[in-house]
Amino acid sequence: MGHYEAPIREPIIVGNKTYHDVTVDVAAPIEGKANRSWWIAFSVALVAMLWGFGAIAYTIGTGIGVWGLNNKINWAWDITNFVWWVGIGHAGTLISAVLLLFRQKWRMGINRSAEAMTIFAVFQAGLFPMIHMGRIWNAFYTLPIPNQLGSLWVNFNSPLLWDVFAISTYLSVSLVFWWTGLLPDFAMIRDRATKPFQKKIYSLLSFGWSGRAKDWQRFEEVSLVLAGLATPLVLSVHTIVSFDFATSVIPGWHSTVYPPYFVAGAVFSGFAMVQTLLLIMRKVSNLEGYITRVHIENMNKVILVTGGIVAVAYGSEFFVGWYTGSSYEDFTYLSWGAATGPYWWAFWALIICNSVIPQLLWFKKIRRNYIWTFIIAIFINIGMWFERFDIIVINLSRGHLPSTWAQFSPTFIDVSIFLGTIGFFFVLFLLYARTFPVIAQAEVKSILKSSGDNYKRAREAGVNLHQAKSNPVVVKKEIVKEEAKVEKTEITTDDNTSKTNNLLDKLGSFDKNTQKADNLKKVKGIGPKMEETLNKIGIFTFAQVSKMTKNEYDLLDSITGSFPGRAERDDWAGQANKLKS
Amino acid sequence: MSSKVIHALYDDDEVLLTAVKEVRAADHHIEEIFTPFPVHGLDHAMGLAPTKIAITAFMYGVTGLSFSIWFLYLIMIKDWPQNIGGKPSFSFAENMPAFVPIMFEMTVFFAAHLMVITFYMRSKIWPFQTASNPDPRTTDDKFLMEIAVDGNESELTSLLEKTGAIEITVKENH
Repeated sequence: MGHYEAPIREPIIVGNKTYHDVTVDVAAPIEGKANRSWWIAFSVALVAMLWGFGAIAYTIGTGIGVWGLNNKINWAWDITNFVWWVGIGHAGTLISAVLLLFRQKWRMGINRSAEAMTIFAVFQAGLFPMIHMGRIWNAFYTLPIPNQLGSLWVNFNSPLLWDVFAISTYLSVSLVFWWTGLLPDFAMIRDRATKPFQKKIYSLLSFGWSGRAKDWQRFEEVSLVLAGLATPLVLSVHTIVSFDFATSVIPGWHSTVYPPYFVAGAVFSGFAMVQTLLLIMRKVSNLEGYITRVHIENMNKVILVTGGIVAVAYGSEFFVGWYTGSSYEDFTYLSWGAATGPYWWAFWALIICNSVIPQLLWFKKIRRNYIWTFIIAIFINIGMWFERFDIIVINLSRGHLPSTWAQFSPTFIDVSIFLGTIGFFFVLFLLYARTFPVIAQAEVKSILKSSGDNYKRAREAGVNLHQAKSNPVVVKKEIVKEEAKVEKTEITTDDNTSKTNNLLDKLGSFDKNTQKADNLKKVKGIGPKMEETLNKIGIFTFAQVSKMTKNEYDLLDSITGSFPGRAERDDWAGQANKLKS
Repeated sequence: MSSKVIHALYDDDEVLLTAVKEVRAADHHIEEIFTPFPVHGLDHAMGLAPTKIAITAFMYGVTGLSFSIWFLYLIMIKDWPQNIGGKPSFSFAENMPAFVPIMFEMTVFFAAHLMVITFYMRSKIWPFQTASNPDPRTTDDKFLMEIAVDGNESELTSLLEKTGAIEITVKENH
């Protein structure tokens, strides 16, 4: 049927996943407990965030004089950070929208986290123009609200105001796009939840999603149209950010190449940040089967292309500046003057991080290597920060009036606020990683048959995996009244007797006369109902439970048919081993 | 209408698709199908009408564009024209190029948000809405077909059995 995919395409879901495996794998980080390294990372991020908030409070209370700005350099780290974060916020929508329009299946494994990253990054970006206003309580002046001042309206001719509209539209549309995609996945978590509080929360978050055929039809149409709208939107946002500079008359800023160059740079830095986050996440959350080498390589290819566009833009800026012969152009951020002037280190940091090191990705071995990719991604993150620093600070540091020439040095507060936003970003992302379905599992299931390794292999061999399943399909008939639902933990079919015997062979049987039954409810994950079921099967002691391995868990699941994967996740055997003594 | 429905559970999307075709060929009305992910071609197989939500998005976009033109004219030209960097401020047509970014953003803003709100209203999904999928496994890996029973219970059951259902449940609605 419609699941054919050319064999030459590498599988993008590996590890012989079934639909149910996808569910279990995506739900595991949410249902499990956070480990030590998560708590350490979260604490560090939280401290950085609170530190940054303190610095912001100090700035607002005292005035932006606490920053290192001076007469000549009136924009510096604040706007550098703003553009850096907005740029990072470009990959998510690019992945979810542009790659959807191009029907790229590999986007499914990474779009959820990339979009989350986008939204969290735009939060950070939005902070900077707000606090740069000084009197943040007047921030609503940027909105065209009827007022008593004359009426004093906003200036719709100004790119700074276009920015307000572009970024708020981008943030709100991305949020809605993300949330709509999350509904079926929240519903999956909701339907698996066993704790009442968890169930309540995910019921609320899933908006009552039920997965009707008509809902899915609309869902797909809405996703497609949103992708169509978000594609020009994402291009417009960074175009407008570049207008903040390009429409001015400052040498180095007044440049018509800025819009396409900024958009390419944004995608470049955004993908680098996606790589940074996902390379860690795939390990920590055991998602290696969904975020594979293919995903990493494809993202590296995007980085290579956008990095190439950026490098060409650097070259053209450098050439045009030199070709004018104007001495003022020899101060701009891409000029010989900059390369040898007081900001030579910033100039070379930019060139090395953005244009030299990423060229390593031309080698297939390197762009398919996780460690190398991570290192290169970190360099790009740094390089793209320097790009914005260079554009703003180097270009402002010199000008037409040599007596005004100045240098910039950041204050303690500048640094604190920047670190604070990094902390804030990671606080949000770490919380997200523990509470949200980090893979768009519904979408992944829809491509599992075309791109899963087991399905691809079976198709090559001419086998239909569904028909080839070992256990024959049992038709179970039950007449159920709505009011009196029968619990599903009952052991019904005859098929189970052989499985039960099988299970007891491995775990050892229980002799009522010589042995004493343990209170199995002490094992986390076994409730009264499950204990009863286990007793029915013949499992009474911790010793028996402690012998369980993956095989026995699966056997148990197939007998009881309830809470699949639960026993393994809670590690019943490990718990029972401790309780046994 | 009888108040009895039959729930047939499937564990494979391809089996479900052929089942849908067989059930419809036998002239039974499929009330609803619950699936864990979008099954391509299911709406077509079920005979669902195509959704018109993209058309509404277009109309919302036109609304957003018109609204932005109206308020830009009102604010920048009619109410309080100002000389800003010598840009033309007494004629909308001449000042318009500077307004294109805002007009574009408003178009997207209206189209995206109102379309999503329309989707939520039409599909009845919003905060505090309770889920109505009859079996929690339909968000995991099972597919559920709901068919109204009209005195043909045994005939339907045997038909569904043949289509590869793994579980068939007859339900009495109150």
